[in-house]
Amino acid sequence: MDKIEAPHTGTTIIAVTYDGGIVIGCDTRVSIGNFISNRASDKITPLCENVFLARSGSAPDTQIVSDIVRHMVHQHSIEMETNPEVKTVANLCMQITYNNKGANHGHGLSAAMLCAGWDKYLGGQVFALPIGGSMISVPWGIDGSGSTYIWGFLDAEFKENMTREEAESFCITAISLAMARDGSSGGMVRLVTVNEQGAFRKLTTCQELDTFHEDMDVRGLQNGLSGMVV
Amino acid sequence: MSSIGTGYDLSPTTFSPDGKVFQVDYATKAVDNSGTAIGIKCKDGVVLGVQKLVISKMLVHGSNRRIQTVDKHAGIAYAGLCPDGRQIVNRARQEAANYKSFYGDMIPAQTLADRISSFVHLFTLYWYVRPFGVGSLLACYDKEGPQLYHVEPSGVSYRYYGAAIGKGRQAAKTEIERLKLGELSCREAVMHIAKIIYQVHDEAKDKQFELELSWVCDESNKMHQKVPDELHKVAEAAAKAALEEDMQD
Repeated sequence: MDKIEAPHTGTTIIAVTYDGGIVIGCDTRVSIGNFISNRASDKITPLCENVFLARSGSAPDTQIVSDIVRHMVHQHSIEMETNPEVKTVANLCMQITYNNKGANHGHGLSAAMLCAGWDKYLGGQVFALPIGGSMISVPWGIDGSGSTYIWGFLDAEFKENMTREEAESFCITAISLAMARDGSSGGMVRLVTVNEQGAFRKLTTCQELDTFHEDMDVRGLQNGLSGMVV
Repeated sequence: MSSIGTGYDLSPTTFSPDGKVFQVDYATKAVDNSGTAIGIKCKDGVVLGVQKLVISKMLVHGSNRRIQTVDKHAGIAYAGLCPDGRQIVNRARQEAANYKSFYGDMIPAQTLADRISSFVHLFTLYWYVRPFGVGSLLACYDKEGPQLYHVEPSGVSYRYYGAAIGKGRQAAKTEIERLKLGELSCREAVMHIAKIIYQVHDEAKDKQFELELSWVCDESNKMHQKVPDELHKVAEAAAKAALEEDMQD
């Protein structure tokens, strides 16, 4: 009997801090095995006005985490009478992922997320929440299946204190590079920028994206050969 | 001024015809008849002081503290029934620890005050418990700055610049109101509180007392702790001297 695979956000997600806030980016592909069930999904979920969650891993797992955290954050913000701090929200996400290690017959939640936002005390912050339930504050974070192909790019090219425009185009480039190599990542690139003025969404369609295919021309066709090496 | 609530004062679940819950009022009386506690919020922190009446010369100095730390950034001084005070401090500690574990951060002052108030209020609702006979002065230094709250036995809490509870509160409040609280530093407030407590202590009626002082301020790295020994000694000496001067006039 074939097991039905849960929708898998084989994904690339990224979050970077810049001078004044953060930028979160994601691809838009959701796949069930080889079938792309949604080619325009939104993997960046608002948890509150000033904090967003980029989700990768199992789609239902990450959705339930974000729903529960959104509910808790809402109640908390009513008692506090103000928007929550980014680290508080990230902590709540961590509590759920860490304390449900027995879920799913002991496999635990398959949720690898980036929680990022802006608050008036510490400005823009990014928290990485990898599988297993740890939480770490980082200047930039990436996750998802596509992230494996761009660690080198991030290590080499990330700079602290970029401008907003630099950070946004940096995220688009990073996701495009990952989408070029990862079969489970694709579609468009969605960005969310959060700073003191608020949260701003941007969509970059396929036509606008760099596919990094210029070097893929088959050689030797001018001579009529098939290009095969003899 | 005290009204007798014959018949309506047996249980916290009974209102009197003029809308009073006498058991809560009586709990407040327990606070009013105990040793004075004072709190002052200064520009760089909060200082707490307690007139701890000692019942016996055999008591070890420094035992039975009436000011206790709730979390790194918060402390409570209480007046009234001391065992009740300990319970409130225990609960406050639990609330602070629980908040830290769940939200990953120190509990904000307003939240802590609200949690303590709700807890105290709970005990005014049921016939099988009695209200807390304690007034708590909560000193807390959070992201919004230093704050001082007073939680009453009824469960209500207010935020103050300066507060005094216990038997010397009227005289103490008058003295506190004379101070320019907006410009006061914690070091200065320590001296003032020591002086006020010595002033309100009635040699004839009250027994011997110990002066307890604590603060949470910039100098203490925003942590609640006993006022350093040398400052405590200086403050007490100055307070005694001021009293001598007054007596000589």
